[in-house]
Order: sequence, then C-alpha cells, then structure tokens
Amino acid sequence: MKTEKSPKEHLKAHAESAASVVAALKDSPLPVIYVGAATCGLAAGALETIAGFEEALKDNGIEAEIRKVGCLGHCYAEPLVIIQNPGFPSLLYQKIGAGEAGILVRSFLKDGSDPCYEYLIGALEADENFPTLMDYPRYLYENRVVMEHCGLIDPKEVDHYLAVGGYESLAAGLEKGGAWVLDEVKAANLRGRGGAGFPAGKKWEIARGVEAFSKMVICNGDEGDPGAYMDRTLLESNPHQVLEGLALAALAIGADRALLYIRAEYPLAVKIMEAAIIQAEAKNLLGENILGSDFSLAVTVFQGSGAFVCGEETALIESLSGRRGMPKVRPPYPAVSGFAELPTIINNVKTLSTVPSIIKNGAEWFHGIGTAESPGTAIFSVVGEVEYPGLVEVPMGVTLEHLVVDVCGGIKNGKELKAVQIGGPSGGCLPASLMETEIDFDSLKSVGAMMGSGGLVVMNEDTCMVEVARYFTDFTQGESCGKCTFCRIGTRHLREILQSITVGEGEMSDLDDLAEISEAVVAGSLCSLGKTAPNPVITTLRFFRDEYIAHIEEKRCPARMCRTLTAFYIDLEACARGCDACVACCPTEAIFTTSNRKKAIDQEKCVKCGECVYACPPEYDAVRRVSPPELIPDQGVEPLPVKENEEGDA
Amino acid sequence: MLDRILATLDESEKAAIDEEELAVLKAVADELLSVPQESLQLLPALQMIQTKHGYLPRLALRMVAEHLAVTIGNVYGIATFYNQFRFNPPGRNPIKVCLGTACHVKGGEIILENFERRLGIKENETSEDREYSLERVACIGCCALAPAVVVGEKVEAYVTPSKVEGIITEIEVRKEMAAREQEKNED
Repeated sequence: MKTEKSPKEHLKAHAESAASVVAALKDSPLPVIYVGAATCGLAAGALETIAGFEEALKDNGIEAEIRKVGCLGHCYAEPLVIIQNPGFPSLLYQKIGAGEAGILVRSFLKDGSDPCYEYLIGALEADENFPTLMDYPRYLYENRVVMEHCGLIDPKEVDHYLAVGGYESLAAGLEKGGAWVLDEVKAANLRGRGGAGFPAGKKWEIARGVEAFSKMVICNGDEGDPGAYMDRTLLESNPHQVLEGLALAALAIGADRALLYIRAEYPLAVKIMEAAIIQAEAKNLLGENILGSDFSLAVTVFQGSGAFVCGEETALIESLSGRRGMPKVRPPYPAVSGFAELPTIINNVKTLSTVPSIIKNGAEWFHGIGTAESPGTAIFSVVGEVEYPGLVEVPMGVTLEHLVVDVCGGIKNGKELKAVQIGGPSGGCLPASLMETEIDFDSLKSVGAMMGSGGLVVMNEDTCMVEVARYFTDFTQGESCGKCTFCRIGTRHLREILQSITVGEGEMSDLDDLAEISEAVVAGSLCSLGKTAPNPVITTLRFFRDEYIAHIEEKRCPARMCRTLTAFYIDLEACARGCDACVACCPTEAIFTTSNRKKAIDQEKCVKCGECVYACPPEYDAVRRVSPPELIPDQGVEPLPVKENEEGDA
Repeated sequence: MLDRILATLDESEKAAIDEEELAVLKAVADELLSVPQESLQLLPALQMIQTKHGYLPRLALRMVAEHLAVTIGNVYGIATFYNQFRFNPPGRNPIKVCLGTACHVKGGEIILENFERRLGIKENETSEDREYSLERVACIGCCALAPAVVVGEKVEAYVTPSKVEGIITEIEVRKEMAAREQEKNED
C-alpha cells in the first residue's frame, strides 16, 4: 500500500528492530558458535563439526547457540568456525572437525581459560591478546566490497542484513528515483562481472528508454564455468544483497518483474534465495508498493537445467521460454526485446551484488577502487596448486603475481609455477613470464585471456598444457549448442587433434591445423561460447609450443601427466624389503613382489593412477614416473616364485 | 493416456518395462494432469518428472509430448539438450564425479575410472541391482577440495583411488548392517 511515510522511514522501523535482534545475539550472555555451512563448508564436514559441538555442549552441560553462516571464502581452512565467547573478542578457528569441536568446548567454553591457539586464525576485531585477521596477508590485501558480509551474517535471517545497513540503498533509490540510480551506476562505470565487461549502466539506459507495458530484470546465476563458484557463494552467503541489487536494477529501468536464474546443480542456493524472497516480501522490501512507494516488483526463482551456453543472454531467454538454449542473432538486444519480447536486462550475480554499495557510497568512491577503465573489485576463485585456495576479492588492476603469490601464498610444496588458467573454458593459459599482467577486463584481453567469470586455476610443473587444452575443448565441444557449424564441428576437430597429440599420435602439421581451425571457429561463431572456445588452444600454442612439440616428436609428456606417454616403475635401490604399502593401495593389483622381496609394477596391469606414489612412505620414496615409458630402466626384475604350500593355503 | 501408449508397443517393448518403471509411468500420468496444456510448460514438466523420479522414462517423453501437443522430437530435443536430465533410473547411491577444471587437474578422470572399474559400470549407467549409478558433473563448486565426488547428497573431498574403495566399502557395510538389523527385527 502506498503511504505518506517515506521509504527511509519505513526502512528505519525494520532496521531498528533488526538491530535489536542482532545486538541481542552479539551481546548474548551465552557463547555463540558460528559454523560456515555453505556448500564448500558442508563438503569439508561442517555438519560433523556441528554434531561434534552439540554433543560436547551436552556432555559438558554448557548452553550455547549454534548458527549456520555462509562462506568466508577461505576454502583451504574449512570447516571454519567463529566463536563469540563473552569476555573475548570473536575468534576465527580453522579446520575444526568434530574432535576439535569437543576440545574447543572443553578448554575454551567450559574452563574459559584456553582459547586453543593451535586452531586459531585470529580475532575478528582488534585485540591486544590475539592476532587479528588483518595481520595475515590473505586478509590484508583483500578489499572486500561485495563479499564484505559473507560468512559473517546468517543468510537465512533478513535482520542480519538489515542490521549491517541492508536495503538502505534501495530506500535511497526509491526516494531519489530510478533515473538517479541509473545515473549513479553509469557514472560508476560498473562493468558486467559475468565476463564480457559490458557497462551495466549502458544496458540499463537502453532498457529504460524503451516504452513497454512490462519490463524484466534477470539475475544470471547460471554459473556453468567449471572452476568458478563465487556466484554460488554470494547467493548462499548474502542473498539479500543480490535481491537489493536486483530491485535497484528494476527500479532503474522501470521493471515490474524480476527473476533469478540459478543452476539446478546449486540446490542450497535455490533454497536460500527462495527463503530470502519470502522474508523480504514479508517486510515489504519486495512485492507490492515496496517500502510504501509506488514501485512494485515480483521476484521468482527459475532453475536452469544445466547448459553452459545458457550463460549467454539470448540462450538464457530461450531456455526460460522452454526451448533449447540456443543463442539468437542480436539485434534486437534483450534490453529492447527479450523474454516474451519485453525489454529484459540480464546481469550477473556479482554485478547486481555490487550495485547496493555503489548507491550507498557513490560513484566517486567506486572509482577510488581499481583502475580507471575497470573500477571496483574482482572476485576470483583461486584454486589448484596454491597454498591458500579459495575466493578472493581484490581491487581490479592488481597483478597476477600479487594475487597468486602475496594473497594466496604462492605455489604449494615449493614447486614452480608453470601457468595460470584464467577465465575458464573461454579464457587462456598464461605462462609465468606474464605474471606481471594486471587483472582487469582490457589487460587480460590483450594477452589472449579474459576475465571470464573469474575462475583462476594455478598450475605447477606437473600439469600438461596440451592436456589442459584438450580438457577445455572437450568441455566446450560438449556444451556447444550446435547452431553454428564452425563451433559444432570445429571444436570437435580441435578436440580430436588434441586427443591424438596427448596419446602420442600427433604430427607436426597438426599444429598448423589447430591454429587454422581455431581462427575459423572464432570467426564463424555467433555467440561468445564459440568465439572464445579456442582461447585455451590458441594461448597454449602460443606460450607452450615446446610442450606440443615434445608430445609429437619425442612422444614425451614433459609434465608426465598424459597417461599414454608416461609409466611408473619402482626403483629397486630405494624400495624397502618387506614393505607392502603400495600393494594394498593399487586398485588393479598391478604390484607384485620380486625375487628379492621388493616390489615391482606389472606394466600390463598398471592404469597409471599414481596412487602408489602417495602410498610409498616418504623415507623410501621409491616410485618413479617417467615419460616416455621406454625410459623404464631394466632392473632385472624377477617375480618371487610362489611356493607350492603357500599356493595351497590360498 | 498411458494405456493408449502402451497399446501401441509390441511384445518385446512391453517386456522391457519392468514393474518399477510401470509404477513411475502411472505416477507421471497422474502428475501431468496438473500441468497446463501449453507448450511453454515443456521444460517445467520435464523438470518435475526428473525431480520426482530421478530420471525420464522413455514413455514419459511420449506422454509429455501428447499432453502438451508437441512433437516427440521436440521433447527429446529438449531432454537431451540439458545436462540435468537423465534417461536411466538413478541408483540408490548415485555417484557424481566432479570433472571441473580443478578436479581434472588433480586427477578426477582417474577417480571416475576407479569407480567404473570398482562398480563394473560406465559413466551414465546404473548397476543392474540399481544400487549404484555413475555420472560426471562439470563442476560442483568445491574446487578447493579437489578432486571431489558427490555420493548421494554428501560431498566427499580430496578423493583418491584408495578413498574410492573406502566409499564403496562404507556403503556396502551400511547396507549389510541394515540388512542384519532387519533380520533381527523380523526374528
């Protein structure tokens, strides 16, 4: 209902009650235990941790509250637990399983004496007795704008978002009007975080300018890029921030309908968003006459059925309409004629999540972060061979070197960095020599990679670049919708050529073919799936050509990853007599005992899984991996003759 | 509608439908009644069947086509386009091996192979006793815990070939215990 009270006054009432709810929790006389329980936390065993806390609390007769929160992005340290114990600052603990939970309850909550420094990362706020999170490079170098509250607030409680200033931007927008919101976002030069970097304000302006009886905003949460999961984290950890951004976008273009398009593979995100919409509607933050204004917005959730190409705007709209998700020729752009021929704006989860902070702090503040052409922050999921993998939010314009080495702790196990794969299947592999490249939309494009959705896989010397190119081509080939001939057939040829090279059947002329087909696929494809699909091939050919040549001319995989071109053997000098560690782990029973009671591998049976490398005790470290397989030395291995009576026993 | 479709099948086709599948088809026939008869409902209808029964039986596709008055080719086109849909009944223990970038680099392919070898089925297949089904997924977003596998609802992190063995053994032991428990209760 439209009322005389202004949106800000409406919001104030909600915010005050929310503040008291949250204050009651923060000042609780009882300890409060926050457990990170987003998908990754759950995978690392957060549920066991919670069960461990519950049991220990019961056994020790302690009352405490347990809260499930979202994800802090520190995947290497999961399960993460924050304990708010009266008399102490809030403390963050890492790798807390059920056992550690019991110890924390007994030593910290029961006796109150020992905060268990061995599991501690640090205190959330400054304190003289504890290290604070800002003492760690991982926290210090990050600049959390979009992820500021992730993992610290309860995503299932709208009050927690309201208490940190949530929906204030929406209230301000409602007072000053959609045109003002549009101007702010345009002035901020917010570029689409979905990968392409198209300015969101420009898109909105087009849609605002179209006369239509209804308009639509779609939040694109169809995160199909293998290796990226920040959209999921934002949906799961701070759903109301996404909704606020969505409402602001709708306000700016004059839409009355909004839709969240979320992958069916993210069931928890779907559940949390649905609950968040109901809560927001109950407080009149969405729905009819939002906060007493004349702006109304109906929000629904749609589950995507799993097709990478549906990340493309026109394909996404096709799939919403119940058809195969195949991209269409633009124009008309969706902003003019999209879903059901209505003006439709499609923005990525990260883009929309950034909007509330821009409205709150202003465009000038936003320009203070990042670079001139790419203001703001970038969120990366840094995974692979780094010390501290996880989600990282850094200002645009920092170098890859800074991100990988300073923020994420460098390469694991003292190995050498070989390449950084950035941007997923549409991105490229950049060699160590390009680590000074700045991370922003334009710099990355200039070296043949792209921002993509922000997946960043760090690879060391054990990763074969030809195999990586084959992997991505295999992925895009499978996901090609089949509309454009060059994408459909070209990616298949690329994959087959790469496949033959990885098994040692390549020829030198293949390299020219790869380059030529890549060029053709880029030129002959309609959407960016096809236009960018050859990027992994093009960049590996450019930066790692010697690896291709080693595969083709020497039948050798320098990283010893391509299984046809490698083999394992046990160095009899290093192998310990009588040790059986590797035998038990071999899935194909390929390891047998030699005549001198050491072990050897039957090459016929070996599937090259590498399990024996890990099983072999480090003090012997006897398993060797060679490429090409002909390098296995002749050690004169004889199997131990089976005695007749032993055979009878078996 | 189901009876009419069944009547068009020849004997060998009919014989291929077991009781379990027939029960699913009957349920689908009922559920479709609540779906508005318009072609826009195609994807939601398939999603409904997939969510409720875990797969799309062959004849269910024909039922959907008839109900929404679209061609069977159209339905099949949609069902095969999206990765969400499968055409085999899932096992009681559905296993999804993640082959996202991070999992691939850390040997996800080897993990998939180990499951295939251990269970005697290939990807996208279900074991004959319907105990296990196996598929690959593009990314479950647990990249920092690679390689990852989803067994039922549970995500298993840092999977190795030995852990594959452990996962299957655990399921087998649980099954055995449940069977013994049941035997005890029956006595």
